[in-house]
Amino acid sequence: MTTPSRGSGPVLDVRDLTIALPSGGDRKEAVSEVSFSVERGEILCLVGESGSGKSVIAQAVMGLLPNTLPVTKGQMLLDGEDVAKVTTERLRQLRATRMSMVFQEPMTALNPVMRCGDQIDEVLREHTALGPAERRRKILDTVREVALPDPERIVQSYPHQLSGGQRQRIMIAMALVLEPALLIADEPTTALDVTTQAQILELIKNLQARHGMGVLFITHDFGVVAEIARRVAVLRLGRLVETGDKDAVLKRPRHDYTIMLMGAVPDLKPHGRPIAPDQPIVLQTKKLEKTYADRGWFSARRVVHAAADVSLEVRRGQTLGIVGESGSGKSTVARCIVRLIDPSGGEVFIHGEEIAHRSHRALRPLRRKVQIVFQDPYRSLNPRRTVGEAIIEGPVNYGLSRAEAFERARRLMDLVRMDAAALERYPHQFSGGQRQRICIARALAMEPELLIADEAVSALDVSVQAQVLELLEEIRERLNLAMLFITHDLRVAAQVCDHVAVMSQGRVVEYGPANEVFVSPQHAYTKALFAAAPGRDFAFGRA
Amino acid sequence: MAATDIKRYAELSVESADIRPHESTWQRVRRSGSVRLGGGVIALLILIAIAAPWLGTVDPTMFDAGSRDLVPGKTGEMMTDEGDLVKHTFWFGSDSLGRDIYSRVIYGTRVSLFVGLVTALVSLVIGILFGLVAGYIRWLDGMIMRVMDGIMAIPAILIAIALVAMWRASLTTVIIAIAIPEIPRVTRLVRSLVLTIREEPYVEAAISLGSSTPKIMFSHILPNTIAPLVVQGTFICASAILIESILSFLGVGLPPEIPTWGNIMAEGRIQFVSYPHNVFIPGVFLTITVLAVNILGDGLRDTLDPKMAKRL
Repeated sequence: MTTPSRGSGPVLDVRDLTIALPSGGDRKEAVSEVSFSVERGEILCLVGESGSGKSVIAQAVMGLLPNTLPVTKGQMLLDGEDVAKVTTERLRQLRATRMSMVFQEPMTALNPVMRCGDQIDEVLREHTALGPAERRRKILDTVREVALPDPERIVQSYPHQLSGGQRQRIMIAMALVLEPALLIADEPTTALDVTTQAQILELIKNLQARHGMGVLFITHDFGVVAEIARRVAVLRLGRLVETGDKDAVLKRPRHDYTIMLMGAVPDLKPHGRPIAPDQPIVLQTKKLEKTYADRGWFSARRVVHAAADVSLEVRRGQTLGIVGESGSGKSTVARCIVRLIDPSGGEVFIHGEEIAHRSHRALRPLRRKVQIVFQDPYRSLNPRRTVGEAIIEGPVNYGLSRAEAFERARRLMDLVRMDAAALERYPHQFSGGQRQRICIARALAMEPELLIADEAVSALDVSVQAQVLELLEEIRERLNLAMLFITHDLRVAAQVCDHVAVMSQGRVVEYGPANEVFVSPQHAYTKALFAAAPGRDFAFGRA
Repeated sequence: MAATDIKRYAELSVESADIRPHESTWQRVRRSGSVRLGGGVIALLILIAIAAPWLGTVDPTMFDAGSRDLVPGKTGEMMTDEGDLVKHTFWFGSDSLGRDIYSRVIYGTRVSLFVGLVTALVSLVIGILFGLVAGYIRWLDGMIMRVMDGIMAIPAILIAIALVAMWRASLTTVIIAIAIPEIPRVTRLVRSLVLTIREEPYVEAAISLGSSTPKIMFSHILPNTIAPLVVQGTFICASAILIESILSFLGVGLPPEIPTWGNIMAEGRIQFVSYPHNVFIPGVFLTITVLAVNILGDGLRDTLDPKMAKRL
């Protein structure tokens, strides 16, 4: 075995890497002839939409690929040593000491029944000959270095006692405790809220600068790329389409695909479309409230305010955005308005008719007027019913004949730019973006007056997201719909909304025209939220 | 996003606009080796059951004092109902009353398969109804599930013996007796499936489309529970075949003159040392049948419900 030469040359040099896909997939290779390198002390961002093969590359470098995805060609040189050819034993030595990885989901990447300190200790015991006292000192040092408060308490905690951001810091501490030359971060902030994300990105940048390691950072979020990368490599369907310095790739992209992607990244500046005055109010909520109470027999009653004192209004032809981080109560409000859950207090008016406290029977005639599109396109359609059945279900419930309903469905497929032949097929034959179009068609089949989009584009890739946003915008204009747009993504909100309500911990902390809220936020939370938006001052695709 | 050009996005986007070809579930099921093996054996057994009269059998209840306790392969004579004496080769031997074990085993296939299939069907249908109601209509949940817990607390064999003792021993009684202890298991399974499926956005979408509760239960939730239920059904079928044999063997199942594998074994038990074939041959049939049903169930589970297959 050759001793790795440290010091000169790139930390990771991937040459002509090709990884086969099992037969029957939609393409032959997961990764095709990909070459790039990560220099010492730089952050290289590997970006691409879902299915581009970016995570497969990360797993290949770490030697974590399942047998069904064999490396068929190429080299992955870690300090000059090809990790594709080393023995399992050597690979085990290399992990943690020379390269380590931080995963997307801090919730599941840590062992729930082991104290955080013990999990870091495991790495040390496995790879070093340090005594207990030295190990303990090193663990505390590392925990301090990832800026966790009260390290003594943190190492004694179990993962569930920590927040998502804290858990991700523990993951980073584990990855860095042996000072590897290469850190692979696979979407490490995707599961985190934007303010936490900003802190973790800052942390990774600082640690990288301090230790001078190479970082391979995998993400689909161009805001994050703008925030953290020195160089960028863009993947499309397993092939590398463009590599270069951050500014060159993001501001002056050369490849058509990159140009298209950059064009699809929504701008953080509000669209500035004039708001038509004096339109009738479609939706109004007054002091809407939803509380969950824990009614234990022996314990004290615990009350959680999922939403409190929410007063909003949406007029015809306008879009109100509700933005906030996870747990802010934005989806609770949407679900109360659709009456998927029953509000605990306050009132909801649809065209002046109160619906918050009607019985389900009395509510039925009004259900038609409010329709909702959900986040997850893969779970929003019943897998056992055809697309056509899904779209006609609502109208048939309200007395339309099947023939008439199918006629309407065909018109709607045209409106959402899909082929009418799709009506006969089952949902699993469609991609995420197509499914979301089908869900929009299903909602529109009811001829609603208010369309609620609950994170409707959050699960989609940026280019598909741009198409669906464009479609929603066109529909709103054409049908003069009122729209309630719920999102955690400030960029999307800026593009779509006329008014914005910012929610935090169940309350609306700021509410006003999008132009005002985005340009001069008043509330401290709104300011913090906007400050944390990754890549906020970056001009994508415009140099 | 000012100069957006949707066509351009659609062309370059990674998501292709075509509708994907796909392999249907049925094609996947047919390719599975376990499904083919288990299904093949069961198909053969069903054929045997249907064709029993033409497979060289005689009336399985007919006995002849002159042909008692014959070893397999011996030829003897039997008196038919019309009083004719016929020569007959006892391929599997005869029992202590002079009945042809070959005929009894072949006819016994009918009883076993019938009991297995009907029990599975009955307990699935009833279990699905209770499970759907318990899972979807929350205020009935506690009531239904406590009753189910109660049934589950009594050993299956005891319920069966009690029911058969209470009524007359007949095919219907035996099927009901075996189905009752299975119902709570199906109910629990369906209830747990319903509890997850009811949270799916497509169910919420159906609510906001104004669909009625029965429609949501039967056309949105029920079809999505089918895969695990088919698998569960095969396991109920296998266990019903076994329990029927146990009940017959214990003498509390079908009347002894009816040819079932359990009855044949019970009858042969006394002379097991001198004539082991009386117990051995129906035992082999029973084992093969239960094994085939279980293999089929495993194959269906792997192909219909990959998530469940990984868990087990």
